[in-house]
Amino acid sequence: MNFNLDFLRFRFIALIASVSFILVSLTTISIQQLQLGLDFTGGTLVEVGFSETVDPEEIRTYLEGKQIDALVQAFGSDKDLLIKIPSSENIENANIVIDSLQQQYSFQLRRSGFVGPQVGGELRDQGGLGLLAALLVMMIYIMFRFQYKFAIGAVVALFHDVLIVLGIFSILRLEFDLSVLAALMAVIGYSLNDTIVVSDRIRENFRAKRKLNSEQVINRSLNNTLGRTLITSLTTLLVLFSLLFLGGEIIRNFAIALSIGVVVGTYSSIYVLTNVLLSMNITADDLAERTKDSFDDGMP
Amino acid sequence: MFLFGIIYALPNLSPPDPAVQVSLQSAGDSFDSRLVQSVKNIARNEGISDENIEINQKSLLLRTDSYDEQIKLKDELRRELGPDYVVALNLAYSTPDWLQNLNASPLKLGLDLRGGIYFLLEVDTDSLIETRLEANAEDFKRRLREGSLKFRSIESDKESVTFLFATDEDKSDSLSFLRGFLTDFEIIEESESFKIKFSREGITSIQDYAVQQNLTTLRNRVNELGVSEPVVQREGAKRISVQLPGIQDTAEAKKIIGKTANLEFRLEANNRTLRSRKEPFDFRGVSVDLEKNIIISGDKVADANVGYDESGFPQVNITLDGEGGAKMHRSTRNNVGRKMAVLFIERKSAAKEVVLPNGTLDLIIEPVITKRVISLATIQSALPNRFRITGLDSPNEASELALLLRAGALAAPMEFVEESTVGPSLGAENIRLGVQSLILGLFLVLIFMVVYYKIFGLFANIAVIFNLILITAIMSILSATLTLPGIAGIVLTVGMAVDANVLIFSRIREELKSNSRATDAIIAGYDRAFVTILDANITTLIVAVILYAIGTGPIKGFAITLSIGIVTSMFTSILGTRAMVSLIYRKNNVRRLWI
Repeated sequence: MNFNLDFLRFRFIALIASVSFILVSLTTISIQQLQLGLDFTGGTLVEVGFSETVDPEEIRTYLEGKQIDALVQAFGSDKDLLIKIPSSENIENANIVIDSLQQQYSFQLRRSGFVGPQVGGELRDQGGLGLLAALLVMMIYIMFRFQYKFAIGAVVALFHDVLIVLGIFSILRLEFDLSVLAALMAVIGYSLNDTIVVSDRIRENFRAKRKLNSEQVINRSLNNTLGRTLITSLTTLLVLFSLLFLGGEIIRNFAIALSIGVVVGTYSSIYVLTNVLLSMNITADDLAERTKDSFDDGMP
Repeated sequence: MFLFGIIYALPNLSPPDPAVQVSLQSAGDSFDSRLVQSVKNIARNEGISDENIEINQKSLLLRTDSYDEQIKLKDELRRELGPDYVVALNLAYSTPDWLQNLNASPLKLGLDLRGGIYFLLEVDTDSLIETRLEANAEDFKRRLREGSLKFRSIESDKESVTFLFATDEDKSDSLSFLRGFLTDFEIIEESESFKIKFSREGITSIQDYAVQQNLTTLRNRVNELGVSEPVVQREGAKRISVQLPGIQDTAEAKKIIGKTANLEFRLEANNRTLRSRKEPFDFRGVSVDLEKNIIISGDKVADANVGYDESGFPQVNITLDGEGGAKMHRSTRNNVGRKMAVLFIERKSAAKEVVLPNGTLDLIIEPVITKRVISLATIQSALPNRFRITGLDSPNEASELALLLRAGALAAPMEFVEESTVGPSLGAENIRLGVQSLILGLFLVLIFMVVYYKIFGLFANIAVIFNLILITAIMSILSATLTLPGIAGIVLTVGMAVDANVLIFSRIREELKSNSRATDAIIAGYDRAFVTILDANITTLIVAVILYAIGTGPIKGFAITLSIGIVTSMFTSILGTRAMVSLIYRKNNVRRLWI
């Protein structure tokens, strides 16, 4: 693929788009919040499989009659039910639900779980802390390998990606659990991958093509890497879609989060990084070759 | 390298069969042919032929065709064989001997793929610290009294012990007298009084002790459940996780894990003891009569360890808490010369058949309580809160007694903070879905690469497949556990592993366009892409490592496969494809690359 697109002509449109996406995400996260999963809120969960179709409402009413206040929803197929008792402190709840159901119905227990409130809170804190730690370590690495302007650009791009994924999860009211957190971490890794490939090329072109101005260098670099960026996103998406459609219920939100992340990450490595770089007036001087750069030795 | 990957990935081709394992309750006995025959008969009734029965030294393994059959067979065997045998669900590996000799074995499957129960328990160390403070306060009181030092009062609360004195002088005298015993404490001095608190190291050591102790107890209890490959391990400062593959009944498992085995200290009955106050117990095959009256029970034992007396004979040093020490002192003061017994009370569970109201038979698990004397020793003098049991035959016996004293009961109470159960049908479904999506994803990527990069795409494909083999092999060697998020990690690696090749190939194409010679283009393509690939992979690896460090169960599984995948994919997609490329385009006069 040989591209010669003028990406930067649209950079202000992209800036407006990104800023509004982030604002929408922040608003929805603060108003509608995230549908935190059992992992983070604590509570009880029971998944049961019936041999024929069941009405979740019927089971909910039945359980209510047994003094169990539960959320009941179909899970995957209309024969599978997911029964949740949010923020319960009683570990026996799962067994109580199963026992009560057994008195009336015949079914197969697929899984059950209990997360104590203390564990839920901890996981929430740990998860947030982990995301921040990941961002910080990245920033240091890029500062060391490239230059601080790239580090800021990359971290802004990562925040951008994570926020938008969170925003979409909040708008669609998708459940945010541990596996989605793992997906967010993978999004960080993935988006960074893209950002670094682009940064690498920008650095190389700044050094090699001293006659061009900053915008031209960046545009050239984006065109150079566009083929690779698109193909890698495509192969990753191929795999993610197969996870999404065949991976089953438990893995679904993971696949959704990662798919959104891959698309947003591809976009952010083209526009967010470059917008940040240009707004900080990146020039060839920022990337003047250091006297000893062992990584670049042997390169023409 | 290639061969190595193949060999260690090979055992995964034949998945293990569901099986039922029959083993003996106590380690000493061995199987006789009658038992083997009766197991065979039961199995035959369930439609399992003799060749599916594997006879080992200590156990019998019966392979079944399905998980439903496995559970049916287990119930049947439990009912027929009775409580003397442990009947457990297991997996029978079908790895050929020559592979087993190379230590090659299939991947361990996580609970989400295999079915089973996971518990996370939190040890309540605060209550233990309180008990310890109490015990120490009593001990210090006694020492000060014995040293004829004056004090007004010694009071303990949840976090500290306060010593009150009439004068400042009394205080400093007592403090210097006790200083040697206060190494684990922080001392806060005030006028006419001082306060002691456990120091941070002191608290850590108590926590470590409690968690370690509970871990030992839990392992013993879990072994009773007769589960194959249970995992009981410490998680962080105060938690213990328990994984029980194959078990479905959470209620039963919880009962056994949360049960309280106990100890009782009682006096041996003498001729003045009323008959109605006597109870006979077994002690090393001989019957002894003990008083029904309990001096103290095991929860008053704060610590027990093995020591040696002046002449080198083994003894068990016991420390009681404050209340226990006082009771022990009161009871032994007037009974010097009599014998005191340590009685071990254990609640085991055994399967029992019951007839339900509707006429069907059901198997229920009910507790069986056994009591036996584990030590009988003469009281030499009135016992304080620290005393020793001597007259033991061997160091082994001493350490066993100390272990029982400690392990019989939990060091500190525990609370279930997390639990999850996965049914075997869901587990099997998860494996199927995971593998299906892996195959479809792989297939799509492979086709795309060949269409887009032609022969080079083929090289990349061979590299990706080899990469998958390597990941499987390395995980098998590390005996890492494969979970559903782990499969997701592998699937993701497939998508990302081709990235390195895409980078390299796009570079080669670019070089070709700027009119480089084919061989030069290949060299330049690999060289220039390498730095980028390295940077990109190192950053992803950093994310994976952070995920591993902060994550629990499922996230850890994802992080492990992702990091292994990143490392192996660097190897296969750079070195692997390059080897193939140079093999094909060896000569310098290549005109055109089919890329």
